[in-house]
Amino acid sequence: MIRDITLGQYYPGDSPIHRLDPRIKIIATVLYIVELFIVNSFIGFGICAGVLFVTVAISKVPISYIMRGLKPILLILLFTFFLNIFMVDGRVLWKIGFLKVTDNGLYTAVFMSIRLLLLIIGSSLLTLATTPISLTDGIERLLTPLQKIGVPTHEIAMMMSIALRFIPTLLEETDKIMKAQQARGADFESGNIFKRAKSLIPILVPLFVSAFRIAQDLAMAMEARCYRGGKGRTRLHEMKFKAKDIWALIALNAFLVFIILERIYMTKVGG
Amino acid sequence: MSIQVRNVSHIYSKGLPDEQLALDNINFDIYDGEVVGIIGHTGSGKSTLLQHLNGLLKPDEGTIIIGDVDITKPGVSMRDIRRRVGLVFQYPEYQLFEETVALDVAFGPKNLGLRQDEVDDRVEEALELVGLDYEEVKDRSPFDLSGGQKRRVAIAGVIAMKPQVLILDEPTAGLDPGAHKEIMQMIREIHRTENNIIIFVSHNMADVAELSDKVMVMDRGKMITVGTPAEVFTRRNRLAAIGLDVPPVTEMMYELKDRGVEVSTNVLNLKDAEEELYRYLRGKKAK
Repeated sequence: MIRDITLGQYYPGDSPIHRLDPRIKIIATVLYIVELFIVNSFIGFGICAGVLFVTVAISKVPISYIMRGLKPILLILLFTFFLNIFMVDGRVLWKIGFLKVTDNGLYTAVFMSIRLLLLIIGSSLLTLATTPISLTDGIERLLTPLQKIGVPTHEIAMMMSIALRFIPTLLEETDKIMKAQQARGADFESGNIFKRAKSLIPILVPLFVSAFRIAQDLAMAMEARCYRGGKGRTRLHEMKFKAKDIWALIALNAFLVFIILERIYMTKVGG
Repeated sequence: MSIQVRNVSHIYSKGLPDEQLALDNINFDIYDGEVVGIIGHTGSGKSTLLQHLNGLLKPDEGTIIIGDVDITKPGVSMRDIRRRVGLVFQYPEYQLFEETVALDVAFGPKNLGLRQDEVDDRVEEALELVGLDYEEVKDRSPFDLSGGQKRRVAIAGVIAMKPQVLILDEPTAGLDPGAHKEIMQMIREIHRTENNIIIFVSHNMADVAELSDKVMVMDRGKMITVGTPAEVFTRRNRLAAIGLDVPPVTEMMYELKDRGVEVSTNVLNLKDAEEELYRYLRGKKAK
């Protein structure tokens, strides 16, 4: 079950999306998120979803794989959905006890759920189609201007890449420890909430011990290879925009303009 | 108590691009009181197989019968399986979590729902069985012990559940030669007192040859050979083909034979090697 978490995971492939400059992909994801918030109609969402699914299709990441990664987020999605459905005022449609469902509530609930869903799929596509290393390289390059005001961009990027790198390691470690404790008869699935919380101790203590051990080993290994921060460091692979990156950038901007126009148009029609 | 494994297959990440056939139609029997050594390369499916025997993983195909219970059937009680089969993972010292050694060893028996006095008895018994002084270690923190001692505590945590089948995944990995020897001695001692089935994975062929009644050889998810140590280790070329060695003593006899010394290679330990060399030298003198 723990293997099912695809958050922040990379899906190996060699599609045009995989080969795109990571900076473009990061910018694209940020723009896409902004666009999702610009849109205020279902038609707009339809366009966004269409663009997203075309991108997913090009990236050749199977839809089923992405959907599997959504499972853990389903709970949050349902929570927002029901919160909206019951909390927003408007014309009452149904009434169940003290709970009432309004037309505005229903509308907002569906609206927010779609927005959230598209947001999660869109941002997970970024990590699915970009290796962690090029992702952090991209972030580092994008943050470079901030160096002028003293932001340690290299260190931030290094921290991020280490964190990303160790998500699978720690998941594996958790899996191993859980199995070891299960072999000793530990039960994580039954009992009330206090009993369940207590049953996590046999996992959390060894996990923390392991995490510190791994961190220490890594620090030692980095030092042994003379790592001393980003100062004066050069790269083997210099990032350069290629023709396809420029085209992607143009397409992105066109899409942004289109979405803004759509919003203006829809507001006019609506108002 | 016996174990029957029939047509067991397991696939990791089924339906994904990294799909992998980890176990491919595995069949074997283990009988009461046997010590079984499993050898094979990293990634040959040994650990996956062990986790099946304890119900932590379910096979995609096939059945595993332990005693009179088919543990692959849905609805079988996991607690029941774990009472019968104890599994000690690789580097088991990383699973220690309690404040004191005694509390940590008690974790398993307590989960079985035993009474407190029975739990205490078992903790003491298990710690003595792994060669630790109960009075000395019981109130210490498991994190203050040495590597070899930690591993003993972790193993005690499993044998305190008194499993009829004890499985150890590379019990001597990462230990110095002294601790290595002690752990092997300890396994022998556990088998002598508990008379249970012991299944262990090892990369040390001398250990496997010396301790096992039965040796199983795995390669890329398949069970290549099952036999006595003598049967398995007399096929040096076959083992070499999948990147495995024979015990050092046996290797020496093979080397001698290759250089024209007419000795038998059917030798697994130092004592037999000594006898065989005497026999050879005496025969030479007679000529």
